[in-house]
Amino acid sequence: MATQIPVNELHDQGAQAPRRLWLEMLHGWVTTVDHKKIGLMYIGYALIFLVVGGFEALLMRVQLAIPNNHFVSPEVFNGLFTMHGTTMVFFVGMPILFGFGNYLIPLMIGARDMAFPRLNAFSFWISAFAGFLLYFSYIGGSGLYGAGSAPDVGWFAYAPLTARVFSPGHSTDYWTLALLLTGIGSIGTALNIVTTIICMRCPGMKMSRLPLLPWIYLVMSGLTFVAIGPLTAAQIMLMLDRYVGSHFFDTQAGGSAVLWMHFFWIFGHPEVYILVLPAFAFANEIIPVFSRKAIFGYPAMVAASVGIGFISLSVWAHHMFTVGLGPGGNTFFVLATMIISVPTGIKIFNWLATLWGGKIQLTASMMFAIGFLFQFLVAGLTGIMLSVAPFDWQLGNSYFVVAHFHYVLVGAILFMVFSAFYYWYPKMTGRMLNEKLGKWHFWLFVIGFHLTFDLMHVPGMLGMPRRIYTYEADRGWMIWNLLISSGAIIQTVATILFVYNMVSSYFKGPIAGSDPWDAWTLEWSIPSPPPSYNFAEIPIVGSRRPLWDLKHPDDPDTDYEMGQADPQEKQEEGA
Amino acid sequence: MFASQGSCGFTAIILSALVADPTNIFEPAGTPARSIFSLSMLVLSITAAIFLIVAGILAYVLVKYRSRASNGEGEQEPPQIYGSNQIELSWTVIPILIVVMLFLATTRVVYTTERAQRPANALDVTVIGHQFWWEYRYPELGVVTANELHVPVSDHPQTLPTYLTMSSADTDHSFWVPRLAGKMDLIPNKVNTMWIDPQMKGLYLGQCAQYCGVQHAKMLIRVYADSPEEFAAWVEHQRQPAVDDPGVAEGRNVFMHNACISCHTIRGTVATGRFGPDLTHVGGRETIASGSVPNNPANLREFIDNPANFKPGALMPPMHLDTHDLDAVTAYLTTLK
Repeated sequence: MATQIPVNELHDQGAQAPRRLWLEMLHGWVTTVDHKKIGLMYIGYALIFLVVGGFEALLMRVQLAIPNNHFVSPEVFNGLFTMHGTTMVFFVGMPILFGFGNYLIPLMIGARDMAFPRLNAFSFWISAFAGFLLYFSYIGGSGLYGAGSAPDVGWFAYAPLTARVFSPGHSTDYWTLALLLTGIGSIGTALNIVTTIICMRCPGMKMSRLPLLPWIYLVMSGLTFVAIGPLTAAQIMLMLDRYVGSHFFDTQAGGSAVLWMHFFWIFGHPEVYILVLPAFAFANEIIPVFSRKAIFGYPAMVAASVGIGFISLSVWAHHMFTVGLGPGGNTFFVLATMIISVPTGIKIFNWLATLWGGKIQLTASMMFAIGFLFQFLVAGLTGIMLSVAPFDWQLGNSYFVVAHFHYVLVGAILFMVFSAFYYWYPKMTGRMLNEKLGKWHFWLFVIGFHLTFDLMHVPGMLGMPRRIYTYEADRGWMIWNLLISSGAIIQTVATILFVYNMVSSYFKGPIAGSDPWDAWTLEWSIPSPPPSYNFAEIPIVGSRRPLWDLKHPDDPDTDYEMGQADPQEKQEEGA
Repeated sequence: MFASQGSCGFTAIILSALVADPTNIFEPAGTPARSIFSLSMLVLSITAAIFLIVAGILAYVLVKYRSRASNGEGEQEPPQIYGSNQIELSWTVIPILIVVMLFLATTRVVYTTERAQRPANALDVTVIGHQFWWEYRYPELGVVTANELHVPVSDHPQTLPTYLTMSSADTDHSFWVPRLAGKMDLIPNKVNTMWIDPQMKGLYLGQCAQYCGVQHAKMLIRVYADSPEEFAAWVEHQRQPAVDDPGVAEGRNVFMHNACISCHTIRGTVATGRFGPDLTHVGGRETIASGSVPNNPANLREFIDNPANFKPGALMPPMHLDTHDLDAVTAYLTTLK
């Protein structure tokens, strides 16, 4: 079976249609079930919240720049870090990654849409509603009798601080309901992704030929099924505690605070991998293309991803080393946490091996991917430090932990998301992003990032706990905090450049064409932006890199794969 | 180019270990903190070695294999290499060996700290976390105090560790004095234990390390390690009922006839409240407001007038006393040495 891809250059019908009224366009976006439009809405929605969450972070950094500052009150500060954490995890990380998944998965597996288009739209809109509900707390949080207030219980909302006696008013309920609703959306999208990948691959695309991006989204969606359940259950129990008088987490009446921690972290740690796996997925597509080489060790990459998926379900109590689990419990979670570094290391080594011997093109997209690789290495190493339970007794809940997980969430995930924007923006809009601005964006962001998050490890080691709205002057933390805050400003400037680049390139960027990067997966075989039906004819593929086979008929991947992995097909070919 | 930015951070880390700071985890002054310190040195050297090797390979690859052509056009594609099982195996097995080694070293410290043999002469202190202050009770000595923990120094040849039995009256808290030991959470409905053995006389600082509500930031910890004689004298003094100075009878009256007594205890008087800190010897403490300001009449007066002046969110309400009563009650509390 050979690769057959009708490389069509059909014009999108919409491009020639007369300009429509904005109301009609709005109607088109609201009622759409097209996976590409839903994907773009996810991304746009996440970018809005990225700006909001980033602004909250900036306010916090202003407050912490000097000791005993009175820029914001403790009540406001506690609301800021709660909203910042909740926003960034649930209303930036999840939607932006689901957005890219939605947009790319059908294109990469040669399908015309997701398996359940209406469910897809439903998932998006319920998640979007959840985000607005969370922020409505600023208006309605304290109920009718008072001014509004944001939730201020921290993004993991430890019991019993969430009990009505400690959190009166409704702000905590907005938090609970927002997470409950967005969880429903996440489950819906995960279900859609799994079904699409299992059932809608084009002819010839066996699981062993599935590009790594959909492979990893499959693992990520599986984790979503397992992780969101406990979170939703815990939110329902919390609501029962608050309004029906049950006592799951109500320690004043015999409930258990530790039970909440278990429920939250058995969601929370897989959640970290739900967020970071798509970053791996982007890296698996982008690093090979800009190294001009096939990914090194495809089967090992798949196995490592699946391995990370399973092991990540057994590490949650490493967030609880200081809770008093006893030495037996602690050492179990030490071991599980350390083991997860093995498949993670395999991934880093495979990316390095992919770069090795390639012809590396340092585009803006690739620069962000290299930044990701370096920062993910550092984040992994500080993760090993934190997995050593006694070291965690010192570092846990300090600024060292804050630095560590921002290294993952910003240094790895956000860098890879930026990389993905530079890589797939031409496919999504038909226009190239400005490379020069992209490189300015990269260097400014790298400088700001390292100024903020390298130095943030230090006050943690000097004893500064997280979530304090101010600190004592005699602890030696001030100079570090001042530098950390100045890095935040540089990152803000870089982000503004990026937003400007996206907007101006949309109108003035050079036309991208269907395949600007000379890449190898199916999304580059169709016009940019793709027509609503994606593929005029469903392609048939014979290898993991169908466009490579077309471009290099003398040296196709099919040869390699038949020799290695597919004796059965070889027989068919011979017959 | 990336390695230089990384080394920036690492230099900073090393520098910080050299500078004297009151809450530096790399300046241990007690056994639990010291065993964590030595374990952390092992972990830091292993991770630093991994960092140097992997980041070095990354830098090498970027320099060596960077495409010379500006846009890669007109160049031949490099040879396609799809993988190698031997290489995959090697970078699976070597990390597993490192993990085993680290795990064994970690387990040893976990057990020697959490399952340490408790000496018969160890001192017992019950620590109760409150929003937003610390209650310390010495059950065998009949002492109750707040925010300033006194323990005997535990140097050779006479080791005298202090065992802390910890719980919380409201939300979760965490007891963290970095130079003495790692942190341990105080959780309502759960009893945790930890031990400290400061080996030098002096004051050790720390603060609550688990977000516990509005004023989490000013829930500071002060541990005084006294010589055995000083500690014995301190205990003897704390066991006495409150000083009854007739010169401040007016302030005493104000205290006893206002809401103060429903939350505070002053032993030897009618004030037996349990919600706020025990004030029997408050005048003898170096700080007020959970260690946030020095204990002098001016600060005390301002705190009583409105605790939010120092600790917004503190559960003690503003007392709305007139100037005269405020002065009187401040004078009274100052005498409670």
